[in-house]
Amino acid sequence: MKPARATISPYPDGPLLVRGDVEIVSSDGTPIPLRRRTVALCRCGLSTIKPFCDGTHKVAGFRAD
Amino acid sequence: MTWTLPAPPTTRVFTARGPLSAALLDALQGAGTSAGAAGLAAQAVAAATDVIRDDDIQLSLFALYASVYGSVAEFDAAREWDPELIEARRLLEDPFEVALRGLVPMPALPEPSQSAVASALFALTSADAGPSLSRHLAKKATREQAREFLIQRSIYTLREADPHSWAIPRLHGRAKAALVEIQADEYGGGRPDRVHAEIFAKAMRGAELDDRYAGYVDAVPAITLCSLNMMSMFGVNRRLAGAIVGHLAAFEMTSSIPNRLYGDGLRRLGFGEDVTDYFDEHVEADAVHEQIAGRDLAGALAEDQPELLADIMFGAAACLTVDGLVGAHLLEAWQRGESSLRAPGVLA
Repeated sequence: MKPARATISPYPDGPLLVRGDVEIVSSDGTPIPLRRRTVALCRCGLSTIKPFCDGTHKVAGFRAD
Repeated sequence: MTWTLPAPPTTRVFTARGPLSAALLDALQGAGTSAGAAGLAAQAVAAATDVIRDDDIQLSLFALYASVYGSVAEFDAAREWDPELIEARRLLEDPFEVALRGLVPMPALPEPSQSAVASALFALTSADAGPSLSRHLAKKATREQAREFLIQRSIYTLREADPHSWAIPRLHGRAKAALVEIQADEYGGGRPDRVHAEIFAKAMRGAELDDRYAGYVDAVPAITLCSLNMMSMFGVNRRLAGAIVGHLAAFEMTSSIPNRLYGDGLRRLGFGEDVTDYFDEHVEADAVHEQIAGRDLAGALAEDQPELLADIMFGAAACLTVDGLVGAHLLEAWQRGESSLRAPGVLA
């Protein structure tokens, strides 16, 4: 059976949630270890653990639109 | 040849705080009869001025729920469904729930739509002001205060996620899938060493504390037990499924940023990675969980079962109120130059 395609879901005024079989690599191509099945990617640019979200968008008042 | 078996999970049975908890601890261990427990529960409630801070009542609820979780090895499994003990629990739960509903400011109800509920929960949890335990830990706390903080947290966190798991069979469809997505991560995603409760146990050992469940029950005040008892009551009672879902959403939404500060504070105080790992893990994990909990769990549940909306918002507000009381207890004790523990000697 072919695995379902990975999904990337923008959450309102929040991060992008990534589910499924993906590899995330840094700008030089180095794989970034994924420590959980579902990860949240920073969309506001302010996370201290980029590329992952750390919730900082909430205090920064980030709006997606 | 002889085999060395791994040690069974051990706990330490704790000390009664009044006639009701004394009788219940005997009955739950199979050392005494449960007869009369309901009468003692009714008497304890009648005598209590504040159920939420009553030591005998909160320790009794803690013990009764521990019997259901199986978290205290000394408790006899045969007593789990003892009708007298169930009756005693109901007699405590009813006034406990009434007291919580009286204490917790009820938020305005949003439309029962996924987006509106998620937004309302994020707004509610962001508005939570007041003195901050996490900022104190980050900047000012002493090493002893940090160890007290771990002890206070251990009452829930050595069983982290279990109270919310009761909701899994009570939910359906997308809300169930969302809760399982969160809980699977809480339980390590298939890796026993990444079970969050186990990572916390490692933090306890790293801080030279006892990592056995309930090892510090005697040291913590009623309000700390109340925080877990509230989750347990919301979890084990199907009629309160909305409240446990709202509780989880608020808990996750007030976790990432405080955990970063806790981790920073523990590093400042010289604790090692074995202690900070739990807090660092939660910065990333709960930034994922809060999104799922707000939108896919609480939001979807409100949309699918609008009759649960009020309890979803109540559960969220209850989490903020009661955890605020726990935080205030710690900060106020430390400001007075005192320990936040009932028995500070455990730190010696």
